Amino acid sequence: MLGALFKGGRKYWGFLLLLLGFMGVGLLCWLREHHLGSGPTSGLSRDVPWGLHIGQLTFFVGVAASAVMVLLPYYLHNFKEFARITVLGEFLAVAAVIVSMLSVFTIMGRPERVFNVLLYPTPGSIIFWDMIVLSTYLGLNIVCGWTILAAEHRGEAAPKWIKPFIYLAIFWAPSIHMITAFLYAGLPGKHHWATALQTVHFLASAFAAGPALLIVLGTLVAKLSRFDPGVKAIQKLAQIVLYALSLHLFFIGLEFFTAFYSQNPEHMRTLTYLYVGLEGHSRMVPLMWTSSLLALLGLTLLAIPASRRQPRSLVIGALATFFSIWMDKGLAFVVAGFIPNSFGQITEYWPDWNEALVAAGALATGAFVLTLLYKVAISVKVKAGVDAYGLRQVRNSGESSMSPVLAGVHASELAARQD
Amino acid sequence: MECATPRPAGPSSDEQGTPTTHTERRNFLRFLGASALLGVGTAAGMGGFVRVNAEELLSNKKGLGARWALVIDVWKLRAEIDYQRIIRACHRFHNVPSINERAHEVKWIWTEKYQHAFPTTDISHVPRDIVNKPFLVLCNHCDNPPCVRVCPVKATFKRPDGVVMQDLHRCIGCKFCVVACPYGARSYNWLPPKPFIQDINPEFPIRTAGVVEKCTFCYERLDQGLPPLCVEASDGAILFGDLNNPESSVSKAIATRYTIVRKPELGTQPRIFYVVQEG
Repeated sequence: MLGALFKGGRKYWGFLLLLLGFMGVGLLCWLREHHLGSGPTSGLSRDVPWGLHIGQLTFFVGVAASAVMVLLPYYLHNFKEFARITVLGEFLAVAAVIVSMLSVFTIMGRPERVFNVLLYPTPGSIIFWDMIVLSTYLGLNIVCGWTILAAEHRGEAAPKWIKPFIYLAIFWAPSIHMITAFLYAGLPGKHHWATALQTVHFLASAFAAGPALLIVLGTLVAKLSRFDPGVKAIQKLAQIVLYALSLHLFFIGLEFFTAFYSQNPEHMRTLTYLYVGLEGHSRMVPLMWTSSLLALLGLTLLAIPASRRQPRSLVIGALATFFSIWMDKGLAFVVAGFIPNSFGQITEYWPDWNEALVAAGALATGAFVLTLLYKVAISVKVKAGVDAYGLRQVRNSGESSMSPVLAGVHASELAARQD
Repeated sequence: MECATPRPAGPSSDEQGTPTTHTERRNFLRFLGASALLGVGTAAGMGGFVRVNAEELLSNKKGLGARWALVIDVWKLRAEIDYQRIIRACHRFHNVPSINERAHEVKWIWTEKYQHAFPTTDISHVPRDIVNKPFLVLCNHCDNPPCVRVCPVKATFKRPDGVVMQDLHRCIGCKFCVVACPYGARSYNWLPPKPFIQDINPEFPIRTAGVVEKCTFCYERLDQGLPPLCVEASDGAILFGDLNNPESSVSKAIATRYTIVRKPELGTQPRIFYVVQEG
C-alpha cells in the first residue's frame, strides 16, 4: 500500500517539495515570532488578542467535522454512492484536524508548556476539551479510514470490529465543532459570539464548506488520476452544500434580526462594523462583502440544476462557497468578537505577513498529509478497479479525461445498476 | 448609571452564628492549602500569613473567611499626580514594563475615562463631574471570574480570600483569559519585557514574552498582613478590607455611600467598588 507513495511523476514530487518549502518557511516565521515576541510579528494587540490562527482553527475544525456528511449517509442510510469516497472524507478530516491543531499550537506564547494542559487537566476549560475531542477525532479517522482502505487493498470486506469506531466517529464529528463553538459562545460580554445559535451556525457553515472542498478535491482527483469518485456522489455532495449554505445564510439573517429589532447597541455595532464600517473603521468591510457575494454566487450556481450538473460551474460554486465561509469564519468572525473592545472602543486587526506565513505553513502541512493519504487511497482504488458494490470506479485510458465526474458512461452505469 | 452594589445588611437569614470548630478548621485548612499553592511556605511567611488570616477569620461573624475588596473614592483623587503616584507604586514594585506602543502595553492599574470604564452607560445623563473624572481600573478580582473558568492549565485561579491569581510559570500563553476578561484587565507580554523596565526591583520576578500577567492584589503583602501598594499610595482614597466583615472599612463605605462596579450585568461580581456619591 505504502509503495504508492514513492511512485509519482514530476508534478507529484514538485507539489510535495513546494509544500515542504511552505512548511519550512512557516516554521522559520514561527521561530522568528518566538525570538522577537508576537508584538512586531503579528497584527494582534491587547484589544484583539486572537486573530488569523484561531480563525483557521475554527474553520478547519468545521472542515474536519464535515466528514460526517459522507459517513452518515453511507453508514446510517446506506447511500451506496458514497462507498468510494468515505475514505476521501475521512482523510480530509485527518488533514483538517492537523491544520486545526497546528493553528491552536501556534498561538501559544509558551509552546514548550503545552503539556501543562494534560499535566493539570481542567475539565472546566473548553480548550482542555478541545484538545481531547480533536485528538480522539484524529485517531478515529486515521483508524477508520486506514482499516477500510487496507481491506479494499486486500480485496476483502471491511472487518466487523471497525463498525463501532465508525459509529463513534459519526457521533464525534459534530461534537468537535460544538466544542469549538463553546470557545466563543460561553464568554460574558462578547455579544457577537455569546449566542446559543453559534453551535448550529458553526455546524451549518462547516457542512457547507467541508463538502464544498470535497467536491473540488473529488473533481481534482478524477482529473489527475484514473479513479472516479462517481457523478452521483459528487452531485449528492452538491445538494448537501446547497442546504447547509442556505442554513448558514439564514442564520446570518437571524443575527441581523436579533441585533437590529432588539436595538441592542453592542450587537448592532459589531454587525455595522463588519458590513459598513463603524466610526471610521472598516477594515473587514471588503472581506465581508466579498464573502457575501461569493456566498450568493455559490448559492445560485448550486441551486440552479443546470449549473449544478455542469462540472465547471459546480466547481466554481463549490469554490465560491468554500472561500466565502473561509473569509467569514476563518478571520472576520474572530475579529468581530473584539469590536467594540471591553472599553467600547475600536482597535482593528489585520494579519501581519509573518503571521500569514505561519498560517500558510500549517495549511501546507495539512495539504502535505492529505496528498500522501490521497495518493495511497487512489492507488488502492485504482488497483481494486471496482467499489464495494462491484461498480467500476476506474476510468479506462480511452475514456474522456474531460469532466470525468459527469462522464455519461458512469451516470448511465449507475442508473442501470439502480434499475 | 450602573446598578448599586448589594449591601451586606447586618445579620442575614443564612447566618451561621458563631463558627463551629469544624467551619474554622475547614477555613484554616483552606488558607493553608492556598499558602502551599502559592509557594509562600517559608516558616516566617507561613507564620505571618496564618496569624493575620486567623484573626480576620475569628472577627468574621459569618465564619466565611476574608473576602478582600477595594473601594475607590473617586472624589478623593483630585489631581493627575494622585493617580500617577498610585500607578507608579504598583508598576515599579511589580516590574511592569513601560511600553509606549498602545497595542502591546502591559499594565496592572491605569486610568480610563468614565465612558470607557463603564461603556454601557449613556453619558449624556450622567453628572459632568463624574464623567470628567479619570477612573482607576485594574483586575476586579471577580467573585465569579470568567478568566479562571477558561484557563486550560489552572495558571489563573482564585484563592479562598478571593484574590484572582496568575501563575506566570504555568501559563502557556493561549490568551483565552485575555479574551474572556470583560474588563480588559489582563496583559499578554507581546514583547520581551525586560528592556522596558527602567529600575528592576529584585524582590519581584520579571516576566518573559508569551505569558499573561495582571494585578494580583499584592498577595505577597496580604500574606504579611499589609494592604496592597495602591492602597498605601492612595492617601486614603482607596479603602481595602474584608467584604465579609460588616465592620470593615470597605463594608461600611459600601453601606453608607452610593457605589458602582463595572459591568454588573455580566454576573462576574467584581470586587473593586467605586464611590460616586460626593461626601
